[in-house]
Amino acid sequence: MIIKVDVDVCTGCETCVDSCPHTAIVMEGDKAFINEYCQVCRICLSTCPEGAIKEIGESMQKKQDDFTAYKGVLIFAEQREGKVTQVALELLGAGRKLAEKLDCSLSAVLLGADRGEADELIKWGADTVYISSGDELRHFNDEPYAAVLTSLIKKHKPEIILAGATPIGRSFIPRVAARLSTGLTADCTSLDIDAETRDFLQIRPAFGGNIMATILCPNRRPQIATVRPRVMKKGEFDEGRTGEIIEVDASGLDSRTKVLESIKEVSEVAVNIQEADVIVAGGRGMGGPDGFKLLEELAEVLDGAVGASRAAVDEEWIPYSHQVGQTGKTVCPKVYIACGISGAVQHLVGMQSSDIIIAINKNPEAPIFNVASFGIVGDVFEVIPLLTKKIREAKGL
Amino acid sequence: MDYFLTEDQQMIKELAAQIADEKVVPVRAELDEKEEFPWEIMKVLAQSDMFGLFIPEEYGGLGAGALELAIAVEELSRACVGVSTTYAANALGTYPLLLFGSDEQKNKYLPDIASGSRLVAFGLTEANAGSDAAGIQTTATLDGDEWVLNGTKQWITNGGEAEIYTIIAMTDKSKGARGASAFVVEKGTPGFSFGKKEKKMGIRASITSELVFEDCRIPKDNIIGKKGMGFIVAMKTLDHSRTGVGAQGVGVAQGALDEAIKFARERVQFGKPIISIQAVQHMLADMATEVEAARSLVYSVARYVDSGAKDISKVSAMAKLYATDVGMKVTTDAVQVMGGSGYMREYPVEKMMRDAKILQIYEGTNQIQRNVIGQALIKEAASKK
Amino acid sequence: MKIVVCIKQVPDTSEVRINPETNTLIRDGVPSIINPYDLHAIEAAVRIKEEGSANVTVLTMGPPQAEDALREAVSMGADEAVLLTDRAFAGSDTWATAYTLAKAAETIGFDLIICGKQAIDGDTAQVGPEMAEFLNIPHVAYVKNIEKINGGSLIVHRLMGEGHDVVEASLPALLTVVREINEPRLPSLKGKMRAKKVEIKKLSGDDINADGSLLGLNGSPTQVKNIFAPEVKKDRKMLEGSPDEQIESLLSELKTLKCI
Repeated sequence: MIIKVDVDVCTGCETCVDSCPHTAIVMEGDKAFINEYCQVCRICLSTCPEGAIKEIGESMQKKQDDFTAYKGVLIFAEQREGKVTQVALELLGAGRKLAEKLDCSLSAVLLGADRGEADELIKWGADTVYISSGDELRHFNDEPYAAVLTSLIKKHKPEIILAGATPIGRSFIPRVAARLSTGLTADCTSLDIDAETRDFLQIRPAFGGNIMATILCPNRRPQIATVRPRVMKKGEFDEGRTGEIIEVDASGLDSRTKVLESIKEVSEVAVNIQEADVIVAGGRGMGGPDGFKLLEELAEVLDGAVGASRAAVDEEWIPYSHQVGQTGKTVCPKVYIACGISGAVQHLVGMQSSDIIIAINKNPEAPIFNVASFGIVGDVFEVIPLLTKKIREAKGL
Repeated sequence: MDYFLTEDQQMIKELAAQIADEKVVPVRAELDEKEEFPWEIMKVLAQSDMFGLFIPEEYGGLGAGALELAIAVEELSRACVGVSTTYAANALGTYPLLLFGSDEQKNKYLPDIASGSRLVAFGLTEANAGSDAAGIQTTATLDGDEWVLNGTKQWITNGGEAEIYTIIAMTDKSKGARGASAFVVEKGTPGFSFGKKEKKMGIRASITSELVFEDCRIPKDNIIGKKGMGFIVAMKTLDHSRTGVGAQGVGVAQGALDEAIKFARERVQFGKPIISIQAVQHMLADMATEVEAARSLVYSVARYVDSGAKDISKVSAMAKLYATDVGMKVTTDAVQVMGGSGYMREYPVEKMMRDAKILQIYEGTNQIQRNVIGQALIKEAASKK
Repeated sequence: MKIVVCIKQVPDTSEVRINPETNTLIRDGVPSIINPYDLHAIEAAVRIKEEGSANVTVLTMGPPQAEDALREAVSMGADEAVLLTDRAFAGSDTWATAYTLAKAAETIGFDLIICGKQAIDGDTAQVGPEMAEFLNIPHVAYVKNIEKINGGSLIVHRLMGEGHDVVEASLPALLTVVREINEPRLPSLKGKMRAKKVEIKKLSGDDINADGSLLGLNGSPTQVKNIFAPEVKKDRKMLEGSPDEQIESLLSELKTLKCI
């Protein structure tokens, strides 16, 4: 969607020029012209006495005019309390791979943090960092974030934009996509490039996590995706890497929402399960709360945490905070032991990037074995206590 | 089986079933264990307009009848008879006002009852007046513009939690049964207090308390119907409520049957699910047949009541008698089908069996029901001559 | 106050199964339900109505059978129901859906729009914020509590992963709500009776003054290229033997990998 001046109707009265808060209306000759600073705020629509300013939509199925002008991968580097978050480093890792395939540069946007953090982003793989340290950006607020990111995109025209599928990314990135009239794919778990068309292949769980889908945005640029945290591997850290840090002017931002207070409350279980090196998870095959006691014992000897599939949580054998999968947590431990879990896609998307996956299931056809590093076909009630015992012996406990 | 319910009746059944499955089943064991009054469920029932089901539309209700009430009670009983007793006792306490109340009384109380904002209880039973209702010793004497109540009511469902009480008391002891009158008393009236809370075998989510009246003064206009009509008010009330108790029998039996079938399909003995054993199938077949027969009788009687028929004593007693005996038998058999598991609190059928027993006892024991039926038979035979 | 609640009728995805041979979804016999998050949106709106005064309109875009979802919302206490139905809407992605819903909300008129945080069939959580952008109004996503509404603004709590923010937004605004915000009520009998009779207002693309080139497939920048089931990991080892042997070989593998 764009705002355009109908030059046949425009009388050149200049009334609209001063009405624009973004100085996006300029006079070209004796007619008004709306340039790329336009934020589609629509204030000008009502100011024109002639009704010459109009909203115009373009079909998304037609290649956009300046399609080929877009180049480069841009990631949105989320910060919390001034520190770059893990997901930003993961986006750099994923973004770098895409940039290599496209033979282009990788840049990052950092809002509301200091230059030291921009240096970090460069060490983790960014070629360029656009930074704005303004106070109004210190705490996340949808409208200012959307405004700054949109104007940066309009100016630098990246081909691909990645943001974390976090409460922040999933809240304001849709505004950016709507404003830019381009596609947005939510919560991707895998990314690739179509070598022939250069199209961005955005892969995500679909249909409640029952199946995977590849999404394209073939006719519009940029192509935007939010990426699920803890799925992508972080970029490579290089202390000596250099890059460019560019300050972005972000003054005069206004917002109709205001954060009055920010309250921290962290669930211990959630932290436990997302930070554990070893997760012992159970599904319907554990039979009931007693089955989960076996898993607790195994987790204890491994200094690990207990996870669960949706089926086990639905049966109320274990609280929701332990749930791994599409509707629960995404985890990425060194070792994931899946016990009596059949392996519905909805569960797999939450754990398949674990380093080593051990599957124990009595059904040799269970899909969990498709993602396993090691598979044991057997009875969980026999195998797990035995495993616990042997590890205990090995550790001399 | 299709009972040719209307669209509205089907809707009531579906909503009551949804409440039973989503709100009652998950908490029934805990309510039973803790003997906890189900206020949360009462709020859901209120919000869903269930309390207004049988109350005329002019008082904010839905204007439905005995069949609709029976359908709702049956669905709730399938999940928990403790909950359905609380709900049905509310209807029991309301009938005196509905059948015999003055316009003023109806205007004053029925809208709150329909919205579920005030619960009702019915006070008839006393220590010396159980099956023999004529033995009531609670008295009401007129003193100027007020009735003064003295005495103690026993085993009153919803006692203490309800806000409105319909009470039967003697206004002229010399006249025996004809000396009783009905009154409406509000919670909080000076001289009206609550005694001991009973500990029960089943229906432990419902509350059963003593009502104590010590020089409790209520306005003269709080009499329901005319002086001396108390016994008629009580009997007509019970005539109307009996189909509801029958529906409780059908519901608890259905609930137990469902559990027994589910268990029998899953439980493997001798290398196969026990449902494939004919001895088990026969038990289930008898249970299912009895449930269907009980439901047919309860629905037919409810429809007869709704037709406006006057001679409902005999048939409503039959519905109560048969359906509650079925409730007891089917829940007992469900425990038997499930064996040791059935006896354990981990499964719901032992509670259903404990709950079912009260249905053969309250609102007239099943022996009293037989008396009612027997006397009606004698009367009918005599009138044919 | 005029509240528009956007809802979606979805297949109950917890009932969906995959045909292992064709890798396709088996949707037969899967019941259609109101998106569970949207029930919380309806509840939030009805509570605002009960606490003060408000008119609640439920809005959905979908085929004629989506009427069932609207009637269910009315049975929970919504006043009016609007069905956006037009063959031109077919194939809408989140962008086109948000555009269409925004145009409809504009036509209906509103002070507040409430949506569920996401739909369980797509899990995108994008339509709400995109709608807010099209309508040029502020939005707050992941709302778990509506603290107060006074005159021209409201104060809400939004989930932020590690706690929550207290956010003030000026009206008109759009909220997307999470499960924690409330417990949706069951329908009431009177509500169900009203729902049976309520007139469902049907709107087409023309009725909402939508730009035809931005509707449905035409208005959708994204396309689904293909769907597939995850692949088999190539380097997996199935451990054979008795349980004892299986565990011994597992432990020696883990030792080699320095995991234990």
